[in-house]
Amino acid sequence: MGSEKRTASEKADFKRELTEVVPHLRAFARGLCGRADMADDLVQETLLKAWAAQERFQPGTSMRAWTFVILRNAYLTDMRRNRFRGEYDETVAERVLTAPAGQEEPIHLSDMHRALLTLPPERREALLLVGAGGFSYEEAANICGCAVGTIKSRVGRARATLNSMLADGSIPKRSIDDDTAHRAILEELDEVAAGQGMASRN
Amino acid sequence: MTSPAPSEGKLPKGNDRTSTSKKESQPEWANGLRQLYDSVVDEPLPDTFKDLLSKLDSKD
Repeated sequence: MGSEKRTASEKADFKRELTEVVPHLRAFARGLCGRADMADDLVQETLLKAWAAQERFQPGTSMRAWTFVILRNAYLTDMRRNRFRGEYDETVAERVLTAPAGQEEPIHLSDMHRALLTLPPERREALLLVGAGGFSYEEAANICGCAVGTIKSRVGRARATLNSMLADGSIPKRSIDDDTAHRAILEELDEVAAGQGMASRN
Repeated sequence: MTSPAPSEGKLPKGNDRTSTSKKESQPEWANGLRQLYDSVVDEPLPDTFKDLLSKLDSKD
């Protein structure tokens, strides 16, 4: 489907929608890989791929969901090449830290971001999509190419892990740099990549 | 039936994005996750992206 050439106005629409979604791609990428510079590289790669694949985009559907699939697949590929090791840029995260007004115990976003980065990638992305990006479970399942129940379970586990980490302050400092942890993450990536998402299916 | 979660490029900001129905089951930090996301969404777009986007058209 979508094999016919797009008209100029369709191309203009596509570009406008693509432009609108860039801040969201940056936010998703930042959550996935932690470092702002790497996240932006990932977004640039995503934009180029999305532009090249624009005839596969169905007008009227969610540009955000469509481009998130592309970004996610690019991320998984880069992870395998060891470009990202979940490195955490402390200074960047401290800058975005904001405490919610009127809350006794302010949430330290930097703590939370670090805790988020220690989660296995498939749980992290599930939580980011649903808990941060505002996608429904169904939409998140489409993006990740898995069942809705799988997404619900991943989000539930991710929340439980973050809950306990944030409750007792046991946020690992650098667990992703740990070789064992990293190997485990790469193994899990194989599973995640097995459901390559909807981009490869249409 | 999918939930009416926003899925377009432009999301409403602030309170209207906060789920009220699930409030009691959400941990305290759930809002922080949104803030983390929104803090990046609200950042001004670096010039590198504007440059990239403006170059896309001339590539065909």
